[in-house]
Amino acid sequence: MFWPQQTVGSVLCCMCGIPMEPNAANMCIKCLRSRVDITEGLQKHVTIIHCPECNSYLQPSKTWIKSELESNELLIFCINRLKNMNKVRLVHAQFIWTEPHSKRIKVKLRIRKEALNGAILEQPYIVEYTRHEHMCESCIRVQANPDQWVASVQVRQLVPHRRTFFFLEQLILKHGQAERAINIKQMDRGIDFFFGNDSHARQFVAFLRLVVPVDRPRNAEQLVSHDPKSNIDNHKHTYSVKICPICREDLICLPPKVSNKLGNLGPLVLCMKVSKDILLVDPFTLRSHSLGADEYWELGFKPLLTSRQLVEYLVFNVEVEGPKITIGKKDYCLASAEVARVSDVGKTFMVRTHLGHLLEPGHTALGYDLYGANINDPELERYKGLVLPDVVLIKRSYEEEHKKIHGKPRPWKLKNMKMEVDSSSKGKIDEEKKNTEYEEFLRDLEVDPELRFDISFYRNKERAPSEMASTEEDDDEAVELEDLLAELKLKDGEENDNSDMAE
Amino acid sequence: MATRIQFENCCEVGVFSKLTNAYCLVAIGGSEHFYSAFEAELTDVIPVVKTSIAGTRIIGRLCAGNKKGLLLPHTTTDQELQHLRNSLPDHVVVQRIEERLSALGNCITCNDHVALAHPDLDKDTEEMIADVLGVEVFRQTIAGNILVGSFCAFSNRGGLVHPHTSIEDLDELSTLLQVPLVAGTVNRGSEVIAAGLTVNDWTAFCGSDTTATELSVIESVFKLREAQPNAIVDDMRKSLIDSYI
Repeated sequence: MFWPQQTVGSVLCCMCGIPMEPNAANMCIKCLRSRVDITEGLQKHVTIIHCPECNSYLQPSKTWIKSELESNELLIFCINRLKNMNKVRLVHAQFIWTEPHSKRIKVKLRIRKEALNGAILEQPYIVEYTRHEHMCESCIRVQANPDQWVASVQVRQLVPHRRTFFFLEQLILKHGQAERAINIKQMDRGIDFFFGNDSHARQFVAFLRLVVPVDRPRNAEQLVSHDPKSNIDNHKHTYSVKICPICREDLICLPPKVSNKLGNLGPLVLCMKVSKDILLVDPFTLRSHSLGADEYWELGFKPLLTSRQLVEYLVFNVEVEGPKITIGKKDYCLASAEVARVSDVGKTFMVRTHLGHLLEPGHTALGYDLYGANINDPELERYKGLVLPDVVLIKRSYEEEHKKIHGKPRPWKLKNMKMEVDSSSKGKIDEEKKNTEYEEFLRDLEVDPELRFDISFYRNKERAPSEMASTEEDDDEAVELEDLLAELKLKDGEENDNSDMAE
Repeated sequence: MATRIQFENCCEVGVFSKLTNAYCLVAIGGSEHFYSAFEAELTDVIPVVKTSIAGTRIIGRLCAGNKKGLLLPHTTTDQELQHLRNSLPDHVVVQRIEERLSALGNCITCNDHVALAHPDLDKDTEEMIADVLGVEVFRQTIAGNILVGSFCAFSNRGGLVHPHTSIEDLDELSTLLQVPLVAGTVNRGSEVIAAGLTVNDWTAFCGSDTTATELSVIESVFKLREAQPNAIVDDMRKSLIDSYI
């Protein structure tokens, strides 16, 4: 179809007489602006209530929204606080910088509205928000008395090391479970969590039951105040949560009863994994059993040797004896190996091990030295005629590789919970010991992808990008940067990311 | 000169009046104010007739006419037709036409020589327009609007059209009409030109909302400043004398 060319003519503005393109109101923009104010009826000054303690803003009637200055959340909050915004169309909004201590927030909005006979006008205007400081309820409570907790959860594990708690800390952070805790205190062999509400504490305990094998939590109540006339009593609740003392890589001698119950498993077994359940594996037959938390606490056995007593061995020879078997997402393979202690290479041992697929002659491995150990275990004595093996190998040792990269910072880091350290004399924790344990925990994370599965890693910005390329080349087990999804800042590390992909 | 008036607080004066070079029709209002405004301007020159058409006051939108004739819709009553025939000068042909589109003022616009018509008008009506009004008829639209009678107003000297009319359309229309045209507004930006303005060769009446800018556009395009009924004659005489000498 033929359409003749249409050139838009010009008419005179009906008010001021300047030539302009015809529009719906047939008035120039300036005249239209001077006659119609589309921001009429919109708020230009708004008061918002801000909690200076937790830096949050009150969304009436009761919600407090935590947000930084000039953040998206704050912008959304500010726009939501405006009335009559449904009558206009919001096109754009942005902050205008104000002094943080001026207690003013300025937002520039662009709105669109029909002005005259269908002429749509767009106009910017500035809304000034006045911040009134008012503490939120939870902050008031904390400020009034920081110890005013209503419920506390005491998590304890009766073992000499804190490895479990390092892992638990990461799980809690990842799932954001301790956000509602008023206070977190590091205690001897455990952590105390204090909550302002009983239900928060219960929820936390329920979370713990999902991730670690805990005993049925014990619950104590203390009466704080009592008003018999209105039948109100205030209690303090304390939940005692005991985590089972069996840790990953512990050697366990199952009591005869338990062994029988589990189908003559063991009696020497290794604990391969601890989550909600405990995975026990017999390293000589590769039989396994997953023990539930309740089941464990019914039987109640203790580890024979724990991972602190591991000894380093040199591997001389390995003969694979069976096919690969997968137990709990990990491969095992029966083999017999000839090993010797690093400290005493003269004496070699022939051992059966479940690490046939990992070990090769020349490797080092960590294991329990039953030959040299002085064991006083009543359970072991109940077995008549049980011949103990000389060595039980646990894992391949990556010690040498760690020495190679020793001193270089890792490309990733973990977040930490803010914990108050218990200052009483009994609970004093040796800082040095804690640091070495933490370092060991980080190394475990590096070599075990299964442990990393449930943990958030963060890019370590202190580390120079040039080193990154050199250390990560042929180390398949080390943490890949792809794991570091959380807090991955693409903007300032764009070049680094590209170089990583090139590898 | 253009005059700003109101019909009972309504600025759409073109709706309630019909002004041609030979007569003026005015709606019957509650007060004489509207009528007297016309009377003051036009007395002694052309008859100003108070009338209704089809019992309504919106006479400007219902009828179409020029100095030679007047077309009335089929809804006009016999009395009104008779009244108009009696009141108007003898040389004006008053004709009632059978046309489905009965708001003739919206569908037809004309000066003494040409007329623009709604594209959907009957063939018979088109012939009737040509016969009664003694004009050449063009079926046209103005800025895409088919109601040509509403969106433009023109006399023998100039014309005002809808503000959105493109330059190409303006050229085409002024070639057809043989008068200079300009795109503009009345009544402070209203684009319904004929509703806010009624015009003949020497005077115009527009709604009281019309701004000074609009008024000056109207006066300049319709050449109203120098125009007086006798000024035209003077002009002619001058040129005649000129040519004689």
